[in-house]
Amino acid sequence: MGRYLLRRLLQLVPVFIGTTFLIYWLVWSVPGDPFAGKCGERPCPDSFVNMMTEKFKLDEPLIVQYGNYMQNLLQGDFGQNYGGREISDIIATSYPNTLKLALVALTIEAVIGLTAGVLTGLRRNGFLDNLVLVSTLFLIALPIFVIGFVAQWLLGVQWGIVKPTVSSEMRLSELIVPGFVLGSASMAYIARLARTSIAENRRADYVRTAIAKGLPMRRVVGVHLLRNSLIPVVTLLGTDLGALMGGAIVTEGIFQVNGIGRQVFRAIVTKESATVVSIVVVLVLVYLLMNLLVDLLYAALDPRIRYE
Amino acid sequence: MSEPSAASIVGTPPAQAPDEIGAPTNAGQPENARKEKPRGLLGDAWRDLRRKPLFWISATFILIFLLMTVFPSLFTSGDPENGDLQNSLVGPSSEAWFGYDFQGRDVFARVIYGARASIVVSLLSVVGVLLFGGAMGIVAGYRGGWVDALLSRIADIFFGLPFVLGAIVILTTFNGSGTSNSKAEIMALVSMSLVVLGWPVVMRLMRSSVLATKEADYIVAARALGASTGRIILKHLLPNCLAPLLVYGTILVGSYIGAEATLSFLGVGLKSPVVSWGIMINEAQNFLRVAPYLLFFPAAFLVAAVLSFVMLGEAVREALDPKLR
Amino acid sequence: MRVSKRAGSAVALGAAFALVASGCSSSDSDGGDAGASADGAITIDGTQPEVGLVPANTTETGGGAIIDWIWTGLVEYPNDGSAPRNAVAESIETTDSKVYTIKIKKDTKFHDGTVVKAKNFVDAWNWGAYSPNGAQNGSFFSDIQGFADVHTEDPDGAEGPKKAPEPKAKEMSGLKVVDDFTFEVTLEAPTAVFPTKLGYSTFMPLPDAFFSQGAEAFGKKPIGNGPIKFVSWEDDVQIKLTRFDEYSLNDKMKIKDVTVKMYQDDTAAYNDLLAGNLDFQQQVPISALAGDKWKSDLGPRAIPSVTPSTGIIAFPIYDKRFQNAKLRKAISMSINRQEISDKIFFGNRKPADSWANPLTPGAKAGNCTSCQYNVEEAKKLYAESGGFTGELVMYYNADASHKEWMEAVAQQVKTNLGINARAEGVPTFAVFRQNINAGKMTGMYRAGWQQDYPDVENWVGPLYVTGGSSNDGKYSNPQVDALAKEAAAAPSLEAAHAKYAEAVALIDQDVPSIPVYFGGQQSGHSEKIKKIQLSNVGELDLTSIEL
Repeated sequence: MGRYLLRRLLQLVPVFIGTTFLIYWLVWSVPGDPFAGKCGERPCPDSFVNMMTEKFKLDEPLIVQYGNYMQNLLQGDFGQNYGGREISDIIATSYPNTLKLALVALTIEAVIGLTAGVLTGLRRNGFLDNLVLVSTLFLIALPIFVIGFVAQWLLGVQWGIVKPTVSSEMRLSELIVPGFVLGSASMAYIARLARTSIAENRRADYVRTAIAKGLPMRRVVGVHLLRNSLIPVVTLLGTDLGALMGGAIVTEGIFQVNGIGRQVFRAIVTKESATVVSIVVVLVLVYLLMNLLVDLLYAALDPRIRYE
Repeated sequence: MSEPSAASIVGTPPAQAPDEIGAPTNAGQPENARKEKPRGLLGDAWRDLRRKPLFWISATFILIFLLMTVFPSLFTSGDPENGDLQNSLVGPSSEAWFGYDFQGRDVFARVIYGARASIVVSLLSVVGVLLFGGAMGIVAGYRGGWVDALLSRIADIFFGLPFVLGAIVILTTFNGSGTSNSKAEIMALVSMSLVVLGWPVVMRLMRSSVLATKEADYIVAARALGASTGRIILKHLLPNCLAPLLVYGTILVGSYIGAEATLSFLGVGLKSPVVSWGIMINEAQNFLRVAPYLLFFPAAFLVAAVLSFVMLGEAVREALDPKLR
Repeated sequence: MRVSKRAGSAVALGAAFALVASGCSSSDSDGGDAGASADGAITIDGTQPEVGLVPANTTETGGGAIIDWIWTGLVEYPNDGSAPRNAVAESIETTDSKVYTIKIKKDTKFHDGTVVKAKNFVDAWNWGAYSPNGAQNGSFFSDIQGFADVHTEDPDGAEGPKKAPEPKAKEMSGLKVVDDFTFEVTLEAPTAVFPTKLGYSTFMPLPDAFFSQGAEAFGKKPIGNGPIKFVSWEDDVQIKLTRFDEYSLNDKMKIKDVTVKMYQDDTAAYNDLLAGNLDFQQQVPISALAGDKWKSDLGPRAIPSVTPSTGIIAFPIYDKRFQNAKLRKAISMSINRQEISDKIFFGNRKPADSWANPLTPGAKAGNCTSCQYNVEEAKKLYAESGGFTGELVMYYNADASHKEWMEAVAQQVKTNLGINARAEGVPTFAVFRQNINAGKMTGMYRAGWQQDYPDVENWVGPLYVTGGSSNDGKYSNPQVDALAKEAAAAPSLEAAHAKYAEAVALIDQDVPSIPVYFGGQQSGHSEKIKKIQLSNVGELDLTSIEL
């Protein structure tokens, strides 16, 4: 177990290098001159473009730029964005917000998804089953901006139950509505996966044995059935935290959360390689650690899975 | 889990070669011939399937949608591309059942013609993601060791790519403004980028199922009986690991219809006047308060289509899954 | 010309709000309560400035608005769009439109307490013009004598490997400090419109602290000389401003504190406005414009206004297919601008019928004959022109809301002329502009123009004169060039305007572009605000607010 963990942690190094280079290269290949649109409907003066090119060494070949970036990164210097802001500062202020929102979304999606999944898995093809299916599918079919708009309009403006936007303090109570909106797209997956898994394992021997032993149904479901059915669900939830953090741009925009979504999008469009790579690298670390956690959870959930 | 696994071993006698197991071959045989011959896995599934009303209903719907993608003119005589601003935002009437959109175009005609891009792109991408991600997941899960480590870490790198960044780069490289790709080429390119950016999730799902299944008694038994790796994977692992994949894949059809629209709106996907449900839903966003029907009709078609795929997937999965028998 | 930078905004006007001119003000009849105003605070909608707040270096609306609030220039543009009047300047005098003597008021102060002197202007302008400083608005100083010595051009363009040579001088020879409160400006050539330009933010003075701190540090904590002073800046969250109590000019601020909240999404800001968490939004989102919902949502707090800007579709005249003036005129006349105004913009942007926006001093209304909708005439001209073969693509940048009106225009051209026309989005404004700058457009494309300063010159020189800074379609007519040159050197603004009118008449024959709509703005404020005015370009005039 310890050796497995160590090996997995060592694997972070090549992934780190691979990801940073891949993303650096991708941002570098985004079409468009970053300074072509800066000055409105007229081209920017050459003097401005020259100064920026000089400052960020944009005329160097890709590999040199990447090398410089990595060298600075290893010394703890993330660099500056084109607006002269420290990237480490952007990360420090926006990451906690995005993480908070994603965790709330993940919790909401896990609770609602799992509850719906268990209930429908135990009683398939009933009214509830179909209701859950159709309503979660509607949440998938409707893009996030529609769900977000409707939630904000009804709850925030028409009924005045919550404030329409999240304040900069990011209170937990303010994050429930945005969290639900962000998590809504994945609810259908969680609910359906849990349902299928439960239904499959419902007829397994160990469940039959447990029932025959006279265990109360709650214990059978809670301990035996659920534990064995969680593997695909946990896998998806594990991949989802990263996806929720990286894909929250619309939700963050609608609810005014100062997160990484807009920073990444803006930086992609303006071709600020350093900003994109720095933010995404932290995101990749989150993916890696989540996947490691999920892999360890497999062994805990299913004793047959062993890591040597 | 000993009972279902035993059943699957008994149900697939070693005499039968893997390539023979085709449902249609069995189904086409005379009644008595079929009874005598031991049925294969897919034969079983087909027998099961035929008896399910759910299967027939969803299959019929899917057939209708497929017909819509191939011959949209069968369903409407309206013009999906050209509108008249005079009709802008005119609601549903007997003339235009679903009303007119902001540009004064017939919404009904657009929904019908929009089926093509939506269904083709999402199906292509889902099939691609399932095949590629699934294959990687089986290999990683079954082989384990350094193969697993390598494949999993590659998947991690792709996980890390922001969707918008990956899609913009892939699509502007092949489909930037000024390029004159045909509709079919653009759809293939969009599907390709969705596959490239989407396979890691399927890979991890498949890998988790394989990890949970590969130590099961029936696999150990099959291995002890001297079955080849390919055979174990195809006949024992795959049917038992397919469930999460099918569930995920069918719902993914819905997500990908939306993803296609995102790309089109960024200016790297389908180009006007080609229409899709996702594009229509996106275009409706500013008019939610005055013309909700602009959102409702394409969304309803989208839900109906995804529902059909989910139901079909469910029926097929139940028929295929030995554990539910 | 400033660019709106709200990512993903539904109503990013693309390249919008820049400078100066023409009126849009609204005020509720009942005045404010002086007591409530005196220490009142408001929260208004804004966007994160892209770069530090240095006047000569800001080209987008987020930072531009704040610079306009915390600085006061030599001249100011009245909210009603009338002619500029002196602000910090005591007098601006000239006899030949070439040498100007500028006297400034003696009692104005920067926010750090230092007195505004003549050298603060001269040093600031020299800094902006000096090319190694790379100021984005550097070329605004090109009228001044000696500009070429401090601002060197890159011999092979910015992309090329060669570097621009070091400038010969650090200061423009045309700027001379006479005494503490007087300086003299000598221009390269007579330019009657020069004093009008002096209200643009590029020409603001900079305190000595700017030169000791350096541009970068200063930009994060700017010190201006306006009625409002900078307090703090929390990136992507808010900028706090407060009243400058030692301000000595007339436009003193009546309320005390202002928080500029940086919204990512204008619908979020709008919903905050409706819920009472926000006091002013400059442009309400499209989702509220549809069906005129914003008027019923806001009632008397809805402020419609017009801005001196025009939505244009330009021809790449360097492309052979677009070199026939009759074809260009036919396309222009096949567009039903009224219908687009009514249906796409819900009447909020008026159909364009003149070449320069009529809100601009010196511009004539209704002088665009090719802007009339006349299908018969268009068809006739189209037939005479020999037609158009192939697909006619109209490009727009997909990162702002241009899709709707561009698609409507393409549809009308297709329906009325039978040309296979369609609209296509280019992913970002950067890619879009790059292709335009490089002269690589393969179809017509969206353009937009908002005047930098209130004079018709700004609608002709940059757009239609050979080599003009925004003449991207490479339109060239020697007669227009000659008239524009005569106009620039005219002894008075009136004489200049007469010459420009002649030039515009020639442009109208050539149809180098298609004006489609005139800019409009729809703002809203909270119940807390009792009195409010917008500036000539539709920005909030903070000094007018009463609670």
